[in-house]
Amino acid sequence: MAHYKMHLLVCGGTGCRASQSDKIVENLTAEIEKLGLENDAQVVTTGCFGFCEKGPIVKVVPDNTFYTQVKLEDCAEIVKEHVLKGRKVKRLLYEDPETKKHIEDSKHMGFYQKQLRIALRNCGFIDPENIDEYIAREGYAAIAKILEEMTPQEAIDVLKKSGLRGRGGGGFPTGLKWEFASKNMADQKYVVCNADEGDPGAFMDRSILEGDPHSVIEAMAICGYCIGATKGLVYIRAEYPLAIKRLQTALKQAREYGLLGEDIMGTGFGFEIELKFGAGAFVCGEETALIHSMEGNRGEPTVKPPFPAEKGYLGKPTNVNNVETLANIPVIFNKGASWFSSIGSEKSKGTKVFALAGKINNVGLIEVPMGITLREVIFEIGGGIKNGKKFKAVQTGGPSGGCLTEKHLDTPIDFDNLLAAGSMMGSGGMIVMDEDDCMVAMAKFYLEFTVEESCGKCAPCRVGNKRLHEILEKICAGKGTEDDLEYLQNLSKVIKDTALCGLGQTSPNPVLSTLEHFYDEYLAHVRERICIAGSCKALKLYTIIADKCTGCTACTRACPVGAITGEKRQPHVIDADKCIRCGACYDKCKFSAIHVQ
Amino acid sequence: MEKIKLTIDNIEVEVDKGTTIYKAAKQIGIDIPVLCYMNLEHLNIENRPGGCRICVVEVEGRRNLAPSCSTECTPGMVVKTHTIRVLNARKTVLELILSDHPSSCLTCSSSGQCDLQDLAQRLGIREIHAVENAMVSTYRKDCSPALNRDMDKCIMCRKCETVCNDVQTVGALSAVNRGFMSVVATAFEQDLVDSTCTFCGQCVAVCPTGALTPFDDTNKIIRALSDPSKTVIVQTAPAVRAALGEEFGLPAGTLVTGKMVAALRTLGFDKVFDTDFAADLTIMEEGTELLSRLSRFLEGDKSVKLPLLTSCCPAWVNFFECFYPDMLDIPSTARSPQQMFGAIAKTYLADQMKVKREDLVVVSVMPCLAKKFECEREEFAVEGNPDVDFSISTRELAGLIKAANINFNNLPEEDYDNPMGESTGASVIFGVTGGVIEAACRTAYELFTGKKLEKIDFEELRGIEGIRSATIDFDGTPINIGIAHTLGNARKLLDGIRAGMYNFHAIEIMACPGGCIGGAGQPLHHGDSNILKARYEAIYREDANKPIRKSHENPYIVKLYEEFLGEPMSEKAHHLLHTCYFCKEKH
Amino acid sequence: MKKIKSLDDLRKMKRELEHGMNIREKSNSPESLVQIRVAMATCGIAAGARTVMNALIEKIEKEKVPAVVTQGGCMGYCYAEPTIEVKIPGKDPVVFGNVDEKVAAEIVDKYIKNGELIDGIIPTNYQTINEKK
Repeated sequence: MAHYKMHLLVCGGTGCRASQSDKIVENLTAEIEKLGLENDAQVVTTGCFGFCEKGPIVKVVPDNTFYTQVKLEDCAEIVKEHVLKGRKVKRLLYEDPETKKHIEDSKHMGFYQKQLRIALRNCGFIDPENIDEYIAREGYAAIAKILEEMTPQEAIDVLKKSGLRGRGGGGFPTGLKWEFASKNMADQKYVVCNADEGDPGAFMDRSILEGDPHSVIEAMAICGYCIGATKGLVYIRAEYPLAIKRLQTALKQAREYGLLGEDIMGTGFGFEIELKFGAGAFVCGEETALIHSMEGNRGEPTVKPPFPAEKGYLGKPTNVNNVETLANIPVIFNKGASWFSSIGSEKSKGTKVFALAGKINNVGLIEVPMGITLREVIFEIGGGIKNGKKFKAVQTGGPSGGCLTEKHLDTPIDFDNLLAAGSMMGSGGMIVMDEDDCMVAMAKFYLEFTVEESCGKCAPCRVGNKRLHEILEKICAGKGTEDDLEYLQNLSKVIKDTALCGLGQTSPNPVLSTLEHFYDEYLAHVRERICIAGSCKALKLYTIIADKCTGCTACTRACPVGAITGEKRQPHVIDADKCIRCGACYDKCKFSAIHVQ
Repeated sequence: MEKIKLTIDNIEVEVDKGTTIYKAAKQIGIDIPVLCYMNLEHLNIENRPGGCRICVVEVEGRRNLAPSCSTECTPGMVVKTHTIRVLNARKTVLELILSDHPSSCLTCSSSGQCDLQDLAQRLGIREIHAVENAMVSTYRKDCSPALNRDMDKCIMCRKCETVCNDVQTVGALSAVNRGFMSVVATAFEQDLVDSTCTFCGQCVAVCPTGALTPFDDTNKIIRALSDPSKTVIVQTAPAVRAALGEEFGLPAGTLVTGKMVAALRTLGFDKVFDTDFAADLTIMEEGTELLSRLSRFLEGDKSVKLPLLTSCCPAWVNFFECFYPDMLDIPSTARSPQQMFGAIAKTYLADQMKVKREDLVVVSVMPCLAKKFECEREEFAVEGNPDVDFSISTRELAGLIKAANINFNNLPEEDYDNPMGESTGASVIFGVTGGVIEAACRTAYELFTGKKLEKIDFEELRGIEGIRSATIDFDGTPINIGIAHTLGNARKLLDGIRAGMYNFHAIEIMACPGGCIGGAGQPLHHGDSNILKARYEAIYREDANKPIRKSHENPYIVKLYEEFLGEPMSEKAHHLLHTCYFCKEKH
Repeated sequence: MKKIKSLDDLRKMKRELEHGMNIREKSNSPESLVQIRVAMATCGIAAGARTVMNALIEKIEKEKVPAVVTQGGCMGYCYAEPTIEVKIPGKDPVVFGNVDEKVAAEIVDKYIKNGELIDGIIPTNYQTINEKK
């Protein structure tokens, strides 16, 4: 066996792959062979490192060198300098945005310092297509231990004690959910993994399936044993081809090793997993809609109860957990319930993965202990706001959540605090906004998404969200009235109060929370017809400062609608009625004579 | 049954476990408004849609409002059905629904019998907080011979979908598209005529708006009646007389046979005949066919196909042509009474009346929408001239009567014209589930055994359960009879036959709940099974009051065979009164 | 692929496989391990640093010493190559010069395992592992 001195871990997630990380693996391998170092260094394709903004990522261990934005042509240098001579390629190292220093050890990167990886423990660490690497890291040890030592109820008790709550949105205690399903008797039960990740910008489930598929498979088998099911189904959206491929590879390997199928490891317990593909409807993340979709019916929710635990897939008791929840489970059994419950806040245990995006320096996937503050996430892990702008708000929970503002910066993030602040955990989207973002437009953006994703079953969501969106459009177009604000408020509350499923019940959250925290902005739109952030196009007013205008006519020629008139060498004027606010004149003027309000 | 106690609007109520809040409230006289909910209990179907959210109520300790139609009562539950929160939510939701519904009530064919309109009145909607230029969802119009789809008026209550899929198992309608643009449509958004639709019209009967409406033939009737060159005759189906009165405020189950005949005469029909006459004729043909198959079968002829299935229901014919094309040789080849009437009217009667075929207009008044489709079938026309020119529904007839300023309730009772107005009790009961097969038994028994039937009422064949079976003693020969109503139940029976599970000799099938009395052309009953029950009883009352109660004893039928047809199943009878079926498999 | 037939099979397999992951596992918590950095610049390699490094890795693996071996660039002591820097948790780093396979073994056995200092220490006047941030 070769005694490798170093491993070169190359991210093989969807993000880095899009920047040719698979070719980087080939190049690195070729360069290593060229220098005869194949016994010194091993190149491994791993899952996502989370720091997607700077991809493709190549991480060298054991010295934790973190190369960012690696190009194909950099491979030779990495091998020649680092692998052969032990000299780090400085220019590829991550540069601290503040100190401008290159950071040699990824442990010292702000992005990673406050992170704690449990669900993502194997992502960016093992080769997801190699079951041996998973086994080497305690893989399938949890199911082995449970099958050997525990009754289903004992295992459920461990889960209950750990305090794990569902990571898909609602935050329902996982152990309790399993217990319900276990207590409903039936000739067949089902374990369903909800991999229908649909929050805009969130991709933790995809990353887990791409980077550590076996942990999900193992957790599903554990669940099967606990609730008395022999069949598992993964409902995964078809637009996750890489995750599907990795999952299929993992399933094949697990079957070959006898870790799935009949009589697992000679214990008599059997479990099989099948994939079901979704077409990517957001509402199919709701468990009843998901089940209907798997059954071949229209993907729309039904009234609960009955809960899936009583009557789920094909009318049988069914337990539905999302990917991230499942990924936490094997490690809970390996390290113990009290280890897990020692992490996090009082009622929210463990960690949560967030997809950090928006106007922030470090965009990517992060996993942090529950109870961390927004400030730590945004300013330490996220590296602060882009271009030194001012922080304004952060939207958590995607289209179902609300926005948190400066006053929430020191609130510990957990299920209950987010809910109390008018937002929610959701699946973990976290979009940061700065002073240039208009909150009315932001609410409008999310409503556009919900309108698009409503299934159309219940009237409040089908028509109500459409109307909410139309009113927001009207306000952004500078045609809103104060009555509209009142109606907006009432309509939002009624939709929340009457919609059938979680999608509809939470869809007005972006409106309600912006109305609460940024009412001034709404008022400015409808009263003064001003967009404070300056982002609503219709509310911009372009004028020419006569003193500065030289009458060069450049703007006249640039204007696509002929809204600018004036004699040569005389100050020009813009006809506001004709102006379409395209900004062409502003871009063209060499004398800064165009004023935008 | 486990009982549960709860409080609704401060009234304590005890209900069976599993009862919904809506039903519990109803039990104590609280009528929570509903829109997408349907009472399908008489069909043994539990309907808990929870889609429109009009029926929401406040439940103490619950975060959001609960849809009462689909929320089960729990012990100690405290429910409030009219708090300001509830009233505001209900009104706002209805306003939302109305904001995506054309406000063309003045010209809408459903105006006056529109659930949405009623609800808007009940909840006191006076304005709609519509957004300027608020978008309305639109969809292309789709016309078929039996019903029209104007989905701009669809409010996505999905009642039609439930009826089409859960009750009728036809699966022609389901929701397509998403969100605001979602609409109920056929597979691949085909036209209804190209879909699996059987035109049973039950979707029309439950549509709360004017989205699904019957194809309206009344103008054609008015035009024909005013054309002096045409002789216009009319036939009325058995079930019509038991329901038409409801349109004029009479209690359900009032028999208005005589008034109806008078009204039709006043409207200007040259002759008023009875489809019942043709029903007697159907029994002669179908009964003879049954006896012939039965005798050969009992003699051991293995090539004989049994059971014989009745064929008078046009939606049912469409259903088996579409879904059971492998079993086209089982149903009776006898045409439906409507078509037998048309075929005899345009030959035998036209000769008698000395009217040319093309100058004779045959109109039928039916409780049914599929009859509109049936009379347009090519096989029921001679050189393009249909045996039955127009078929109108009970509701359309009521409309005609109202338009002609006729005070229906004050009309005298008049008799049908002869020869095709004479009928027996056997033909009247064609209007209820089990009636056709009972009528057939009355005749077949006497023809088979050569003995006189002692007891005319075959009680064992009556009832309203969806699937029934009985064994009739034909003087020592047991005859097994099956009965199903609604196409969903028909499917169950047919699947059983296909699988060789049953040994029925004859089966009667009707597409609509309760048989023709529950047809889609009848006055709307809004799921009130008491109305169906009253019509059911009226039909049997009419039967009991008839002096002649066996089809083969109808003197005009006897005369028809003597003068014109020869005998049942003769070549002439075969040509005029029988048909064949076509494979119309759609998928 | 062979089937895992029993729970013991799985555990045995894990023990065999974890060896391959050692380098990665150690990188997860270098601060709690003894860090050994071998200078692997041209001068070091010429003086036999590669052999020394291989020997160190092999010995550490074999004897399950809680240490991680990394390679570094030239430390400026070209006269004393191969050089290695050893950082025991909680102690200042120490640099050893003229290390060959034998000396390397001695460093592990004496300094790392028992804390005994041995000959060949070079006084440091450069940035150490600790300061590099």
